[in-house]
Amino acid sequence: MLYAPLPMHIPDGFLSVAVSVVLWVLTVIAVAISLRRVSADLDERRVPMMGVLAAAIFAGQMLNFTVAGGTSGHLMGAALATILLGPWAAILVMTTVVGVQALVFQDGGLLALGGNIFNMGVIGVLVSYTVYRAVQKVAGGQKWGLYVGGFSAAWLSIFIAALAVGLQLALSGISPANIAIPAMAGIHALIGVGEGLITVGALVFIYASRRDLIEAGEKQQTGGAIVWFAGLAIAIALAIASPLASSNPDGLEWVAEEKGFLDAAQGPLYEIIPDYVFPGVSNEAVATIIAGIIGVVIVFGVAAGVAYSRKKRLTA
Amino acid sequence: MHIHFLDPYHHRISLVHSLDARVKFVLTIAFILTTALTPHAAWPVYILLFATILAATLLSELGIGFVLGRAALAFPFVLAALPVIFTLPGPALTSFSIGDWTLTVSQSGLERFISVALKSWISVQAAIVLASSTPFPDLMMAMRAVGVPRLLVAIFGLMWRYLFVLADEALRLLRARAARSGQADQPGLKNGGSVTWRARIAGGMAGNLFLRGFERSDRIYMAMVARGYDGEVRVAPLPPLHAGSWLALGSGLAVLAILLGLAYWL
Amino acid sequence: MHHSIEVDDLYFAYPDGRKALQGVSLHIEPCEKVALVGPNGAGKSTLILHLNGILIGKGLICVAGLPVIKSNLGKVRARVGLVFQNPDDQLFSPTVYEDVAYGPLYQGLPPDEVQNRVSEALETVRMADYSRRVSHHLSVGEKKRIAIATVLSMKPEVLVLDEPTAGMDPRARRSLINLLRDLPITMLVSTHDMLMVRELFERMVIMDDGRIVADGQTEVIMKDEALLNAHGLEKP
Ligand SMILES: Nc1ncnc2c1ncn2[C@@H]1O[C@H](COP(=O)(O)OP(=O)(O)OP(=O)(O)O)[C@@H](O)[C@H]1O
Ligand SMILES: [Mg+2]
Repeated sequence: MLYAPLPMHIPDGFLSVAVSVVLWVLTVIAVAISLRRVSADLDERRVPMMGVLAAAIFAGQMLNFTVAGGTSGHLMGAALATILLGPWAAILVMTTVVGVQALVFQDGGLLALGGNIFNMGVIGVLVSYTVYRAVQKVAGGQKWGLYVGGFSAAWLSIFIAALAVGLQLALSGISPANIAIPAMAGIHALIGVGEGLITVGALVFIYASRRDLIEAGEKQQTGGAIVWFAGLAIAIALAIASPLASSNPDGLEWVAEEKGFLDAAQGPLYEIIPDYVFPGVSNEAVATIIAGIIGVVIVFGVAAGVAYSRKKRLTA
Repeated sequence: MHIHFLDPYHHRISLVHSLDARVKFVLTIAFILTTALTPHAAWPVYILLFATILAATLLSELGIGFVLGRAALAFPFVLAALPVIFTLPGPALTSFSIGDWTLTVSQSGLERFISVALKSWISVQAAIVLASSTPFPDLMMAMRAVGVPRLLVAIFGLMWRYLFVLADEALRLLRARAARSGQADQPGLKNGGSVTWRARIAGGMAGNLFLRGFERSDRIYMAMVARGYDGEVRVAPLPPLHAGSWLALGSGLAVLAILLGLAYWL
Repeated sequence: MHHSIEVDDLYFAYPDGRKALQGVSLHIEPCEKVALVGPNGAGKSTLILHLNGILIGKGLICVAGLPVIKSNLGKVRARVGLVFQNPDDQLFSPTVYEDVAYGPLYQGLPPDEVQNRVSEALETVRMADYSRRVSHHLSVGEKKRIAIATVLSMKPEVLVLDEPTAGMDPRARRSLINLLRDLPITMLVSTHDMLMVRELFERMVIMDDGRIVADGQTEVIMKDEALLNAHGLEKP
């Protein structure tokens, strides 16, 4: 299949419910602020633009290049969207991209969607914004600022988002912090280079062909100091929390359990009944067998019903 | 040329297809939430959840092979949970060594790993049945019904409309690149250029796609204005839910509540 | 001497089941110029995409003596210059120069050789002054010429063009026709431009519904009005 995006979309089943809910809340807040800011812009041209550019990012994620030995680099696009559209519209565009990927293509789960939007949309965009603005300031309007800013924004947005994914997996008790975080960070430090190079390639192309679009994007960098610091804070917090968590994985486990982030490890289903109802067969096994029988009955019942109604439809 | 196969919607005449999209949407989310709330290693409940989604698949007439095949797409990420097999404290099952390392498989670790894999596999099947039995415009109606703001829904709609157009353009760009990626006859030449150069070329293609997107969005905007668009996204009110839809919603949620109750043994 | 293009009994269906090619056979001699005509949806573009292995169907294809199979794709693609219908798809680099240089750079040719190839190709399409220009801003006719230059720089043995004159004004079309006439290589051109077919190609092939329904001298086929009408074509 052509379409093969980053290994950053968390499927359902991986994040604990508590982590999912917290991430959903953060995402909803960020999206609500973005919607308000974009509507206040009063530039009605931007609705079709955001829709089409979301499609362009989705399609752009199909464009790959071979790295080595059958692996290939892809685009996530948060940095590119931020540079061209400004942070608010970029958050909405990335929300749409990640949303369609989950809803339509099952790339990333639905309950995990809040987290995926947060990682790729909100963190990706805010970190890009902070880095890009900082480099632009230093460059003072020279052309290299666009490319250096583009590359660093792209690389760091991927890297920090990956740290966030690692931390979330660790907090959900899926993977110990001292494995999940370095693994995610290591893989994405490389993937980020690809993202950076593709982003620069795209910026070169757009700069050569329609410089005005880059300049228009420049005007949209209207996050203000608060957003800039928000991006910085996210980057720093994750950059500090990740090594801490990985060098001290039990600490994180402790936080997770203490705060109820981990779901109950085992249902009390079998503990209420005395240990063995049938000699030699545990209650767990009995419950599993009963569930299996019920499941088979349900499935066969439905199958028979469907077959019957199909036959009736055909003969009618 | 078109990429027909990108649209996951599969038209069938089935009970699931005819169900109101809002009901399907809410039930799918509730099903995934139930699966997520089910504790690790609650095998009987997993079996019942799997039977439920299998029954829904049968009712949707999408074909079990199709749904299970697509569900396999979710597997690569399961690797992320692999280490837990060896790191979770608990009674040891077996251990083996690779070089200097000794890895010990703990029972609770293995149980958690299998639970995560099953949960994500069962959840993705629900998402597949939803996406394959509901046309996207209906999904957008469901999004509005659960309170997604209409500006965001409008962006989703425009994206969907142009997704296939731009995916086609991306495919044609890839073809054009492949067509010129040849191999010289002279021996000893290194094929393919450097990685950075290849990445830059891919970037140029992305830039090309973006630019055409920008220019197209300008034309779309003008076409919208020509038909009276003034920046305000207007939508028709949502149709009311039929009694049958309420019934389906209620009984679906009741089944899930029972499963969840079983999981925690009321 | 081998044929430039040999297609034997080629079948292809798209993933959605649409049978786009149903037993196509076609042989073209070196330096022969052949027109491929037929109604929309006949399968012309599909056939063309097979000639350098972008699509791989069931059947035998040899191009410049090389079978088009997975292990040969690199060599095949260097020998077949494929020009797509929409030049925007082909021009993905910021400047004309970089785009024309893509093929030679990909092959790993040394820098001065790349430089020569680019100048030569741009010279051939009479666009030498354009090498620093940004492709995006060129006119349709100019883009089309650059697109042809991007494959000429690979020095292909066979040139395959998909609807080269679509969307061109008369002057651009005229100069493209002159360009194609002067290029001394094997050529297969899919087109709806019957006037160009009559003027430029001695041999024409008609496709319809995934099959080749006529293959012969243009003069003869153009006289057979019943045949042309049966396949949605008009006598020019
Ligand atoms: N990606 C695709 N998926 C499915 N069917 C396709 C695809 N591309 C083309 N087709 C179908 O294959 C058939 C042949 O298409 P093709 O593009 O080869 O025609 P053509 O002769 O080039 O037509 P035109 O003159 O319009 O360019 C058509 O029926 C078309 O709808
Ligand atoms: Mg065609």
